[in-house]
Amino acid sequence: MTQNLNLWLIPVLPLAGAAINGFLGKRSSRAAVSTVGLVFPGAAFAWALYVAFRFSSVELPYQEYLAHWIRSGNFAVDFAFYLDQLSLVMLLVVTGVGFLIHVYSVGYMWDDPSYYRFFTYLNLFMFFMLTLVLANNYLLMFIGWEGVGLASYLLIGFWFTKDSAASAGKKAFIVNRIGDFGFLIGLFLIIEHFHSLNFSAVFEQVRPITSETAGAGLLTAIGILLMVGACGKSAQIPLYVWLPDAMEGPTPVSALIHAATMVTAGVYMVSRSHLIFERAPTALTVVAIIGTLTALFAATIGITQTDIKKVLAYSTVSQLGYMFLACGVGAFSAGIFHLMTHAFFKGLLFLAAGSVIHAVGGEQDMRKMGGLRSYIPWTFLTMGIATLAIAGIPPLAGFWSKDEILWKAYEANWIYWVIGAITAFITSFYMFRLLFMTFFGDYHGAHVDEHGRGSHAHGHDGHGEPHESPMVMLVPLMILAVLSTVGGLVGIHNGFQHFLEPVFGSEFPQSITEGSGNTEWLLMGISVLFSLAGLVLAYMLYVAKPYLPQKIADSLGSFYEAVLNKYYIDELYAKVFVKPLVDGSTSILWQGVDRKVIDDTVNDAADGARHVSDEVRHMQSGNLRSYAGWIAAGAAVLIAYMIWLGVAR
Amino acid sequence: MLSIHLILFLAFGAVAVAGAVNLLVQRHPINSALSLIAVMAALAGEYLLLGAEFVAAIQVIVYAGAIMVLFVFVIMLLNAGVEEETKGSRVAILFGIPGMLLGSLLLAWVLLRHSGTTAVAIGALPGAPATIGELLFHEFLLPFEITSILILIAIMGAVVLASKPTVPGGGPAQKVKD
Amino acid sequence: MVPLSYYLVLSGILFACGVTGFLIKRNIITIFMSIELMLNGVNLSFVAFAAHWHVLAGQVFVFFVMVVAAAEAAVGLAIIIAVYRTRETLNVDQVNLLKL
Repeated sequence: MTQNLNLWLIPVLPLAGAAINGFLGKRSSRAAVSTVGLVFPGAAFAWALYVAFRFSSVELPYQEYLAHWIRSGNFAVDFAFYLDQLSLVMLLVVTGVGFLIHVYSVGYMWDDPSYYRFFTYLNLFMFFMLTLVLANNYLLMFIGWEGVGLASYLLIGFWFTKDSAASAGKKAFIVNRIGDFGFLIGLFLIIEHFHSLNFSAVFEQVRPITSETAGAGLLTAIGILLMVGACGKSAQIPLYVWLPDAMEGPTPVSALIHAATMVTAGVYMVSRSHLIFERAPTALTVVAIIGTLTALFAATIGITQTDIKKVLAYSTVSQLGYMFLACGVGAFSAGIFHLMTHAFFKGLLFLAAGSVIHAVGGEQDMRKMGGLRSYIPWTFLTMGIATLAIAGIPPLAGFWSKDEILWKAYEANWIYWVIGAITAFITSFYMFRLLFMTFFGDYHGAHVDEHGRGSHAHGHDGHGEPHESPMVMLVPLMILAVLSTVGGLVGIHNGFQHFLEPVFGSEFPQSITEGSGNTEWLLMGISVLFSLAGLVLAYMLYVAKPYLPQKIADSLGSFYEAVLNKYYIDELYAKVFVKPLVDGSTSILWQGVDRKVIDDTVNDAADGARHVSDEVRHMQSGNLRSYAGWIAAGAAVLIAYMIWLGVAR
Repeated sequence: MLSIHLILFLAFGAVAVAGAVNLLVQRHPINSALSLIAVMAALAGEYLLLGAEFVAAIQVIVYAGAIMVLFVFVIMLLNAGVEEETKGSRVAILFGIPGMLLGSLLLAWVLLRHSGTTAVAIGALPGAPATIGELLFHEFLLPFEITSILILIAIMGAVVLASKPTVPGGGPAQKVKD
Repeated sequence: MVPLSYYLVLSGILFACGVTGFLIKRNIITIFMSIELMLNGVNLSFVAFAAHWHVLAGQVFVFFVMVVAAAEAAVGLAIIIAVYRTRETLNVDQVNLLKL
């Protein structure tokens, strides 16, 4: 029998926290704001654990109905929640990692004057993200989708007095909206053909439809449009440009939103819609190709970047590409698996980077770091674990999930595997490059007696040396490090996949679950080798012979320049899209429509009235005879009219 | 048909029209006033032709004898001279006169075309003072009383407006410096 | 036997002369006299209609018109005197302080 799990508590608790901090936070003490900001997400996490505990005793999929929303003809959408294995995984990741990042933020943002605003926005984000994950229909999911976009905008532009931050927030929101446009049209198509947006209703109708192997059809269109939305939210080609800029926000924001949760919303959405995608092979191929290309593309940019957060940003884009590659070859559970492990190690990476930045007083350029492992050992340890994880070194988490993806990619098409493997090598390389540049060698930084750049953390007055972060920041790092180490073990013997089987069915018919075991071991070995090769190369270039990178860069000349400047994609977009739009807007809409048509109409009306009255004014001449003349003329007209009326009978 | 009625009508009518035109043509207001008196006398004749004895008498006594005398007094009081030539209003000349001409011509045309043979006999409706008096004091009593009050107010108003200011520089008529 | 319309035409002619005088004359008093001329024309048409329809009320109305004309003449001339005192002129074109 179905019992009430009160799922609604999970999103609403952070919303309450946001409301309390939003309205009362300004005049409250730091302690009060922190308490509210931690208790509510913590309670949400605790409730999520309770739900997980009770998971086996409820009938799945579990749907909880809250309230009416739209009733229009036979189209109905409600505020209702949906729980199955997939949403449970997402739920635990979002609340768990989210809570840890909240704890970390208490330490990181302690000295910020807008402390309360940060926690308000952060809790608001949690509310929207949980709505997204728990929604039982596309429209409620879209609300959450838009809401996290809003929260992202607010948080990226948290230090809005800084021009670059404000612009970055704007860019993120606008690029997201472009994706949302595609998403919306996909929703419209779903409404048109399936007359509902509820997952259960739509998927019931989709299930009997035969696969559209002969090219494009309705499901292909829907799939591609949904993917456009996912590209915007999850920063895939061509809509990834906002994610590197989003690093303007505080580091906990980057960790939570742009690594662990919001950007994974696209992957979640595609996985949730897997029934549609599975019946539209063309759409799936599009997904896979986008994912693969993005993974490689972003990885190459990551090699050259010097800002520690930008490297991690491109790394996120690249890893998201892996997740979409997984979905694109039909291995949805592998994609979700990687999503989970990625949340652990990428979240850890960002938080540790924040710890590093905090330690060196706000400096983010890696060339001004180095040798920090003696100053901040705990940060070094946790960051090292995360780097091993992302590079795919066994037995850490990243190895299991990435390998799963590469195996499934190989089963679909060996080209995917090749590109994926090369990307793994590059990933390992630039991540270890980051690690070595930051923690090894000599410390190149300024001794911190000036206040850190921007408004990060606190200014160290005369500390002179990089120092370790407080425990409130270190404990989340340690917890995430443990998760990054053991989190992948659920993948052994396809355990994770079996857990998600009720959702995804036995994997896409194409794949052979117990693959030719030897090939699998072989590929696993090759990918581990690639990862180690990356480590060794990075070691050589950045520890053993630190003069080499510059020489290589110089010899590559303009090609290196292009990669360093992100292939000039931002400039290209600015020229092709932004400038014509702004110019067109200025010349046509502003000058033409607003000024000439609207303003001038009003002005001319007023002018016309004035001119008319100017002319009519002359009638008031004060001259008696002219008045009499008008009267006589008017009377004559009236008489003539009356005569005409009388005579014309 | 040429009856004595018609001849007399035309005679008095000619005098009236001549006087009216003369009023327009004359440049000195006193001449215009005298022409107007002639018009009124002719009209009194017309009234008699229609049998309105009382009205004719009143016309001569009140209108021509009192009102016009008042006009003549004022003209002489103010020593009104020959009219100056000033350019007044184009509207009056351009619109007023043609309009008025048009209106009256139309009216005349209509009247003459549609009048039919309804004719008024000489002395058609005898308006003896007794009968008029009866009407005045029976049916039209209220207007009668009101007009008497009207005259009273007019007298007072005229006296106030035209009086010389008792306070030097004060009063209703003050010199306005242009 | 004079047709009614002849009387009305005569009345109309007198009225037209009155309007013309009002429009083309510049002396205030002359303008006022034109008004009296108009009133006379109207009186004639009243009496003519009274005779035509054998309704004596027409002649009574002429009586009232005359009374009102008298009152009006008295007050009007008083105003003219007042205006003359202030403006020193009887030319109506020079009494135009109310122009916009």
